[in-house]
Amino acid sequence: MQELINRAKELLADGTVARVLGWKAGDLPYNPEPAYFETAEAMEDFVYNGFCGANLSKYMIEASRLEGKTLVCLKPCDTYSFNQLIKEHRVDREKAYIVGVGCKGKLDIEKVKKQGIKGIESIGGAEIADEAETLTIQTIYGEKTCAYADVMLERCHVCKGKDHMVYDEIIGESKETKDAERFDEVARIEAMSPQEKFAFFQKELSKCIRCNACRNACPACSCRKCVFDSNKFDSSQKANVDTFEEKMFHIIRAFHVAGRCTDCGECSRVCPQGIPLHLFNRKFIKDIDELYGEYQAGEDTDSKAPLTNYTFEDAEPSIVGKRG
Amino acid sequence: MSLENKEFKPKIVAFCCNWCSYAGADLAGSSRLSYPADVKIIRVPCSCRVNPMFILRAFEKGADGVIMCGCHPGDCHYSTGNYYARRRMTLLFSMLDYIGVENGRTRVEWVSAAEGVKFSETMNSFVEKIYSLGENVRLGDLRCKN
Amino acid sequence: MQRIGVFVCHCGSNIAATVDVKKVAEMALMEPGVVHSEDYQYMCSEAGQAKIAAAIHEKGLTGVVVCSCSPRMHETTFRKAAERAGLNPYMVEIANIREHCSWIHKDIEEGTKKAVILMRAAVAKVNLNAPLQAGESRVTKRALVIGGGIAGIQTALDIADAGYEVDIVEKTPSIGGRMSQLDKTFPTLDCSACILTPKMVEASAHEKIKIYTYSEVEKVSGFVGDFMVDIRKKARSVDMDKCTGCGVCQEKCPSKKAPSEFNRGLNTRSAIYTPFAQAIPNVPVIDREACIKFKTGKCGLCSKVCQAGAIDYDQQDEIITEKYGAIVVATGFDTINLDKYDEYAYSQSKDVITSLELERVMNAAGPTHGHLERLSDGKAPKEIVFIQCVGSRCSDDRGKPYCSKICCMYTAKHAMLIRDKYPDVNVTVFYIDVRTPGKNFDEFYRRAVEQYGVNYIKGQVGKVIPQPDGKLLVQGSDLLDNRQILKEADMVVLATAIEPNPDVRKIATMLTASIDTNNFLTEAHAKLRPVESPTAGIFLSGVCQGPKDIPETVAQAGAAAVKAIGLLAKDKLLTNPCTAQSDILLCNGCSTCENVCPYGAITYEDKEVNDHGIRETRRVAVVNNALCQGCGACTVACPSGAMDLQGFSNRQIIAEVDAICR
Repeated sequence: MQELINRAKELLADGTVARVLGWKAGDLPYNPEPAYFETAEAMEDFVYNGFCGANLSKYMIEASRLEGKTLVCLKPCDTYSFNQLIKEHRVDREKAYIVGVGCKGKLDIEKVKKQGIKGIESIGGAEIADEAETLTIQTIYGEKTCAYADVMLERCHVCKGKDHMVYDEIIGESKETKDAERFDEVARIEAMSPQEKFAFFQKELSKCIRCNACRNACPACSCRKCVFDSNKFDSSQKANVDTFEEKMFHIIRAFHVAGRCTDCGECSRVCPQGIPLHLFNRKFIKDIDELYGEYQAGEDTDSKAPLTNYTFEDAEPSIVGKRG
Repeated sequence: MSLENKEFKPKIVAFCCNWCSYAGADLAGSSRLSYPADVKIIRVPCSCRVNPMFILRAFEKGADGVIMCGCHPGDCHYSTGNYYARRRMTLLFSMLDYIGVENGRTRVEWVSAAEGVKFSETMNSFVEKIYSLGENVRLGDLRCKN
Repeated sequence: MQRIGVFVCHCGSNIAATVDVKKVAEMALMEPGVVHSEDYQYMCSEAGQAKIAAAIHEKGLTGVVVCSCSPRMHETTFRKAAERAGLNPYMVEIANIREHCSWIHKDIEEGTKKAVILMRAAVAKVNLNAPLQAGESRVTKRALVIGGGIAGIQTALDIADAGYEVDIVEKTPSIGGRMSQLDKTFPTLDCSACILTPKMVEASAHEKIKIYTYSEVEKVSGFVGDFMVDIRKKARSVDMDKCTGCGVCQEKCPSKKAPSEFNRGLNTRSAIYTPFAQAIPNVPVIDREACIKFKTGKCGLCSKVCQAGAIDYDQQDEIITEKYGAIVVATGFDTINLDKYDEYAYSQSKDVITSLELERVMNAAGPTHGHLERLSDGKAPKEIVFIQCVGSRCSDDRGKPYCSKICCMYTAKHAMLIRDKYPDVNVTVFYIDVRTPGKNFDEFYRRAVEQYGVNYIKGQVGKVIPQPDGKLLVQGSDLLDNRQILKEADMVVLATAIEPNPDVRKIATMLTASIDTNNFLTEAHAKLRPVESPTAGIFLSGVCQGPKDIPETVAQAGAAAVKAIGLLAKDKLLTNPCTAQSDILLCNGCSTCENVCPYGAITYEDKEVNDHGIRETRRVAVVNNALCQGCGACTVACPSGAMDLQGFSNRQIIAEVDAICR
């Protein structure tokens, strides 16, 4: 982390960048938040550790409109989102100085809490430079430990890899954390009976409070004005009313990002209700891979997206019924 | 089917592209090839004009089935519209299936302007399917608080 | 709020018989925005239109719903009527209560209920309609004719005579088409070549006509009045400017084993060839598949003997890009493949031939120099059996469901010609029906029977069995005498069904012209617009639209030409105002819409926007209304809903959905 801070200060000092987009410590030991730093002094608050899950690519939409370059810290998986935003002309590559930061998997505090660890005062072993396999947690009830891998975010278990897709320089080592198959969970649901599927999603979606956190965090969900907030479809937001957009919000949201979603997992990470929202996006990704050939959004900036592409031989919609 | 199904009058929305399927429906009409009155057609310029929002909206408002008809692949009046529509609908239908909505409630058929018979047969078979599935409750209930 | 008038048409009893029109009109008054409703016998009549005009004036209507026949029928009529009464024509919507309701439902209660719902959907839509203005687009005063047979030639001549430039694109090395392969024509028995070649010459000499032979249409973009077409001029390997057409190369060419397309493969031709003597242009083509020089690199004899130095082995395909205002399809037909008709022994015996092959056998330039002989042993046949409807009027998937229309007449012609030239040959025709509707057609057929003694047997042939002695045993039935027939024949001629040229599918796709299940191009209206495709600016000439004989083809070719001329005579066309529009405040500038637009109508510009007081420059989508054809692909691709389609807006369609599901 220190190397990163030093380099950022250097680039601020020589005027290469006007600001740094990174994370600063939050009010709890496990909730650092995205922040801009414009001076070397401000950089004192900069943190980068295992809890810095937030994907900063989306912030670059705003930052692209600011004067001067912005140094942005992107983890390997964040760079897919950044590429996708370049492809959609939402960010200006010239306005970004991308520091590819190393990543050894990001942590899910909910998983820590689920292990019965409460009253957390500080957490050791979450720092990126630390090779420790174990988190050491000081709580008001004394010191607790848990295995790093056991409390990683779901997305890190299906990590896309430790390579940055786009960067100006790389600081820090990354570690491959993949130990599960990406589509296993989707396949498990697909194998359910319609009644079970329905029950599963009804249970999950009924937790939704329409706080829009998923939408706000999603780098693909970056419309100036969401269709659910405009009158274009007679579907403007009516919170807590059991209407169409309430029910269909997640399906439409997933559809709108289909073929554009890089599977960064932010939607699930930020959901305060713990709804596994990535299961919608990943279903589309699985279908796209199976029906139209493997496609990873954000891998490049010029390939044709699956929904703006076609072949004469494409599967007919009736394949859905035939697949069973 | 159960007795209450005799009372069941499904609401079925059919999106038809202006150039092929709507004309196919016209031909079915002028050839007096009947199909149940439960089907109501909405004319769109092309199948690629059909937004998934429209389909979900129909279900939300109580439709029991939604069918989309367009020109045969390769014959789209706008060259490529139905290709995009085909991918969109395939993914949408797959998603609906994934969340447990019966797959039979959605359908895509390619019907040309010359296929009045096919139009009528398609509608008859789709309506029959909807009768067998009965009233659509799932989409409406998706977000009911437990 | 709109002030909407609803007009319910009885269409005589077409609608009124199964829809309670008064009830529909009455129910309309309960819909939001509706201030007037009435029903009338024939809304499309002058009196009916006057009622609409009167209501627009008296009630100050801002929108009109006509519950009547399909909008494909009278939408224009009613929109024009509204326009004359001072209303924007795009404030009129049609509820199709005839084709989609009264004609398919028998129960009046059911029909009325549905008609009311269709009316409601139309009213809901009109409530959200906005006045639209049609734009203008230019017309390129040049026509393209695809296909150089008699249909294409006639269309081109007629358009050119009206003073417009025409290009003919012909796939084979010469114009002339199927008609050039025919020997004589019914019902006058004049020589096909004698009446065709003057037309070919006229076309090639016409200053307004340019002919691209050995060429194919490769790509079509644009729209009515302004098509852009790529034509692939295939490498002829012969310089068309230098060649004198002396024919020495063809004589000297050592490779003479390629099947002659012109003679239906009944004999062979050289690798460098002109398909027939009267070919236009009279410039040969090297068949690179058959040419020794191209296959082995050795030979080059044609180049050595060519005095003009016209042979060019290095010639490449050339792409010509040209703009056209109108395109006429005249791609013609072929006979169907007979692989599925094994019972007629077509593939087993050389003496079982198709009627088109018989044309070549009877023709002086054909494989037998016009002598009627068996192709197996060259012997003169004494007994010939004709089998009708081979693959026509077929109920299974081996053949075609339609009547090929020309077979009854050409068989009568063949029978008559054979009996006339070879009175000792017996001719028997097995038929299902003899169809002779046409001027002098039945007279012609009766002459074959009465004057020439052709033996017509009503019945089908079950099997043709080649015998060891070379004869053909025909097993058939005589339905009138109700008996089985076994007949020994020397030759069997199959009246093979015709089908549209297989290439027409590819062409139809390029032109976005619709095609039916039999690959015939669909006309805009089966009765009232038989030579126009539903795709504006595309016209149909000849058999590509349906089976026809020569006089019908020529008549249709002329009609297609007139339609094309009518288009070319205009300087400007009104464009469809139902185009896409981008809301710059909502546009993300993401280019997704641009990627799905088939017309390249969407571009991106940096525009200054004022977003609720915030001024900034944004990359936003801009739609070129002259190019946009209004398909709506972009509207669904757009995630933010910034892109919407005028006349079919998101809110309009959702209003229709809501009305139907209410």
